[in-house]
Order: sequence, then structure tokens, then C-alpha cells
Amino acid sequence: MNTIAALLTLSSLLLLGSSRLRMTIKMVAFQGFLLGLLPLTGKVEHLSMAIVLSVCSITLKGILLPWMLARAMDKSGTKREIEPFISFGATMLMGIALLVVSGWIVAKLQNTQQLASPVCLTTGFFLVFSGLLLLITRRKAITQTIGFLVLENGVFATGLSLGSEFSVFVELGILLDVFVGIFLMGIMLFHIDKEFDHIDADRFNELSDLDLAHFDSEDISE
Amino acid sequence: MTNPWIIIIFPVITGIISLFLNSERWRKIILVVVAFTHLFCTIKICSGDSSLIESTWIGVDHLTRLFLMIVSLLFTGSSIYSMAYLDNHPHLNGPALIGPKVLGNSNAVFVACMQFFLAAMSLAVLSMNFGLQWIGIEATTLASTPLIYFHRSRRSLEAAWKYLILCSVGIALALMGVFFLAMAMTSHVQLFTSAGMVLFAGYLKVEWLKVAFIFFLVGYGTKMGLAPMHNWLPDAHSEAPSPVSAMLSGALLNCAFLGILRIYQVCAAIPAMTTFASDLLILLGLLSLAASGIFILHQPDYKRMLAYSSVEHMGILATGVGLGGAAIAGAMLHAIAHSLIKASLFLLSGNILCAYSSKRIEDVKGLLKVLPATGILWLAGFLAITGAPPFATFISEFAILRVALQTKSWATAIMFLLFLLLVFIGMLTIFSQMTLGKHSEAGEHKDAKESLLQLVTPAVFLSFALILGCYLPDFIRNTIDGAALLLGGRVL
Repeated sequence: MNTIAALLTLSSLLLLGSSRLRMTIKMVAFQGFLLGLLPLTGKVEHLSMAIVLSVCSITLKGILLPWMLARAMDKSGTKREIEPFISFGATMLMGIALLVVSGWIVAKLQNTQQLASPVCLTTGFFLVFSGLLLLITRRKAITQTIGFLVLENGVFATGLSLGSEFSVFVELGILLDVFVGIFLMGIMLFHIDKEFDHIDADRFNELSDLDLAHFDSEDISE
Repeated sequence: MTNPWIIIIFPVITGIISLFLNSERWRKIILVVVAFTHLFCTIKICSGDSSLIESTWIGVDHLTRLFLMIVSLLFTGSSIYSMAYLDNHPHLNGPALIGPKVLGNSNAVFVACMQFFLAAMSLAVLSMNFGLQWIGIEATTLASTPLIYFHRSRRSLEAAWKYLILCSVGIALALMGVFFLAMAMTSHVQLFTSAGMVLFAGYLKVEWLKVAFIFFLVGYGTKMGLAPMHNWLPDAHSEAPSPVSAMLSGALLNCAFLGILRIYQVCAAIPAMTTFASDLLILLGLLSLAASGIFILHQPDYKRMLAYSSVEHMGILATGVGLGGAAIAGAMLHAIAHSLIKASLFLLSGNILCAYSSKRIEDVKGLLKVLPATGILWLAGFLAITGAPPFATFISEFAILRVALQTKSWATAIMFLLFLLLVFIGMLTIFSQMTLGKHSEAGEHKDAKESLLQLVTPAVFLSFALILGCYLPDFIRNTIDGAALLLGGRVL
């Protein structure tokens, strides 16, 4: 379990620092695969349920969603993230800082409660934080989608490491919701690409109540 | 006893069927039939006894009854309105799915997604289990996103993207809250439902409950449109087709509110948690009131104005529940009244948009002359939404304010009044400009016509709001009081 947690942490650090979209999609696929293995490693009460969950999770998060994102990327012809609001190196450093913060939170929590797997919980928090970081700092709609997926992975890992046992139907329902959500985002990526000729979400400024100068952000195209 | 699962599964099935239907007419018939069937089943369920309260998954208690009635009524009204709306906005006809190929066919997708949306909201309201409720609320986001993108314009795309991303992130945080809430349970607590946790409230771990409440509040608060997280709301509500805006504002926000109420119900059972939860609710409520008051003042767009007014009313609901006591019952009444009134206002704004083909307030003048019936209802709606005396909103806002004064929370009371006044001033200028202003080019909108289908829903809803203000029937009073008691409040 701890090995998987460590790999998850590493992969999201790489995600934060990488500018190539194909690389990030591969990393997310890797994460989905690892997350699928996670339910099998802890103390397993209902083996068949755990296997169903893990198979579903690997198919959806490890194969289907990354494949769809890759297709969206190919269609729109974007290969790399344009210079984000905060540079890649800096986001990676922030990521490390967030890792320390998550470790600190978990250490605090351990004072009040015996945790099943502190390492895994740290990873869960870290994934949530780095998902949020990706959502905030990146401009492309596709990277925001990836950020959401990382965030969702983090929530999943947190839930597993807390050992809060849900019924398998609830888990599958959650998984289905997340899948449909990302699927919708994927469809919208196509439309955004068609309508705006780019998938930079930060240039969404037709709807705003604050007339923050509609500054023409320099046209950076691939 | 009708099985509540029916009203969740039935719309899903008919929704899938309407995806494949070729005929526009049949799709509309299905929509209305589903709406009335849902309403009928809802009345059956709500009038039955609450024997399902012990259930693990879904059940019916007073809170469920209240919100389920709102959802069902609003859907029926919107679907009647949609009949006329779809005629005025002809999109592609024909089935949305032919074999494996998905056509971007707006009308079929619209009708189908409306039904999925209804199913998701019913699930969110009926579910007792916290995990199941999360699934329902997330499903409402997913079902309504294609509806917001109905017009296929850049603006609606932007609104739909913001809506999907912000709400999904918010709801993902709420899922963290659900996990933390599960941690708060000890082996004594059998059921992961609010009723089950209230029963064994003494055995819950307060620290975890606190963390869970914060995550619930931020997560579902995003969906509900509470102030610092309300960014998506004006965009989505103003860009969506009017019947959808009515559903979003009147029904969906309430579903998210119910998500917060469920955990509040648990908090209210533990004295140490009650003040903590209440203070947070009041804080966010007042922030929402402030934000809407500021943004409504010089709002150039009347649908956005209505959207900000929704933020305001969600703020009133949160403040009311936070104040506790009889204010909770006031907030419950307010939820009903706000849903009815805001839905009719959004539907009327659809009529105006049809006639003037502009959402800008300065383009709309002389509404009383151009669209007489809509104009009169629009003015009545203005009085109702700002809480003028004969309407139910007056009673509910007054009840909340009275509790604020009784408990000597002066700061809350003063800010509450101040922001309500601010919103009133903002809306007064906007509504008077739209209805009374002289219409310069009278000939331009000669073709503007109002069909009965477009007027009947707003008229009926507004008269409901008026009647509730004068006389509260026993079954509604009982439901409101029951809901307030569940949340640790007092009767109205």
C-alpha cells in the first residue's frame, strides 16, 4: 500500500512540473491504474466486491478517460501547456510545499486518532491539493480537466485510506458520476475548441460582472 | 403506499426513450406526462405516513416532503412552459441517437436531459444515506450541464464549462466531507443516515464532525450559490433557457441546500456543534446577501439580476437556519415561496426575452404596453420577491428577522435589513425602468404575442405564493413545522 502511495505522490509531482500534455495524460492514466490496485492492498473484507471495484476503476480511470483526453488533445492539435500563471518549476516547488503541509495535517490528525494508513492519507491530501493547484494555475481547459481528475483521485485515495467502508453500490455510483462528469468535460472540450479556436479557459471573459479590463492576452498559438 | 424508487427510475426510462423518438410532438407529450405522473406520485408519497424513515437508502421525512413537493411542482410548471418554449426555439428535430452515433440534436437532448435532471433531483431529495445523496447531487450537475448549453452559443458554452468545473470541484470537496463524516461514526452508529446519526448523536466524534461540516458547507454551498463560491451561478442561470433557469434556481439550489441541512440535522443534535454550525451558516448567509446586494445595484442584464436575487435568497435561507428557533421554520417557508416566485420570474423573463430578443435592461421599455399580461405578472413577481406584505416571502422574512431581534443578535439583524433594502432599491430601479418606461419604437414589437402556455405557470405559482402569505393550509404548516423540528428549531 505504501509503495503505491509513494508512486502516486511521485506521479502527481511530475504532473505539476510537466508542460507536455501527452505526458500529463500518461501520468493520469498511471494514477488511475494505481488507484485501481489500492482497494486490493488494504485489509480486504469482501474480496469479490473489491475486485469488481478495482476492475471498474482501472477500466474507467486508467484506460477510458485518458484515451478520451488523448483524443481530445489530438483533435485540438495542442501539444503542450502554454506558459502558466506560475512557472512549471515554481508549481513543482509549491507541490513539494503542499506535500509537507499534507504530511503535517496527517501528523496532527494522528494525535487524535489512530489512522489505518498515514502514508496513504498523506498522498490523498496531496493529490487533492495538487489537483486544485492544477485547476488554478493552468490555462488550458484540458489541463483543468486533468486537474479535476487528479483532485477526484485524491478524494478517492483519502476515502480508501481512512478506511471508511461504504457499500460497493455507493462506490460504483460515485465512480459512475465521476466518469460521466469527465466525459461531459471531454465533449465540451471539442466544442470549446470549435467555438473559440483555442482551449484556453482563462480567455473566457464574455461573462463577467467585474469589468476587469478585457486585456488582450498575447496570442500564443502552437 | 407508492414506492419512492418509482419517481427516480421512471423519468430515467422515459428520458432514454425520448432520446430515440423521432417526433417532436410525442417528445413533448412524454415530457408533460412524466411531469404529471411525477407530481401525482409525489402527492401520494407525501400524503402517506413516514414509515420509511428507518430505511438505509431512501426514505420520506418532513424535509423530504417539503423539498420533493417543490421539485415536482416546479418541474410540472416548467414542462408546461417548455411546450411553448420549444416551439419558439426550433432546433433540429429527430432522434438524438441513431445507432451508436450521437447527433447534437438540441430538442431531443433537451427533453431527455430535463427528465434525467428530474430523476437526479428526486434522488438527491429522497436519499437518506449520505453517500447516495452525494451521488444524486453530483448527478444533478451532470444532467443540467447539457441544458445550460442548449443554445450552442459561445456564451452558453462558457457558462456551462464554468458550471461543470466549479460545481464538480465543489462537490468533490463535499465527497471528502462524506468520508470524514464516516470517520465521525463509532461502532454504535448503525446507519449512515442523518436519522441514524441523530439517534446515536452522543457517540459521534465531534472533531471529525466539525471537519465534515466545513467540507459539506463549502462543497454543497458551491452548488447552492453561497457567496464566496457563487461565481458560476449568474452565468449559468442567465445563459440557460428560461424553463431550465427556473428549475436551476427554484429546485436545484434547494437540493444542494438540503445536502447542507442533512448534516446540520446531525449537528443540531449535539449542543457543542450547534453554535459552530450556526455561526458558519450565518456568516456565509450574510456574505451572500452582501454580494448580491452589491452586484444587483447596477446590473445591466435582467436575467443576471434574477440570478443574483437567487444568491440573495439562498443567503436568507442560510441565515434563517443559522439563527435557529422559529427562524428555521421561517426559512422552510421561505424556501417554498422563493422557489415558486423565482421560477415564475424566470419563466416571465423568457417571455420578455422572446419579445425583445435582448437581455439588456435598457433595451426593454414599456413592458406593460408591449406584453400586458407578462408586464403585470412581472410587477407582481417583483413585489413578491422583495417580500412585500401580502406574499409569503414577507411572513418568512419577518419570522427570520423577529428571531434575530429576540435572540439579540443585533449585528445580524441590522445587516440582514440593510442588505434586503439594498436589493430592494436595486430591483426597484430595474423593474420600474422595464415596465414603466415609454416605449419609443412601438411598431417594432407588434408581433410580440403571449401564449396561454407561457402565462399559466407564472400566474398559478404567483397566486400560490400570495395564498400562502394569507393562509397556510394545515398540511403545509405541518410539513414546515415537522421539518423545523427535525433541524432542532421551533414551530412557526
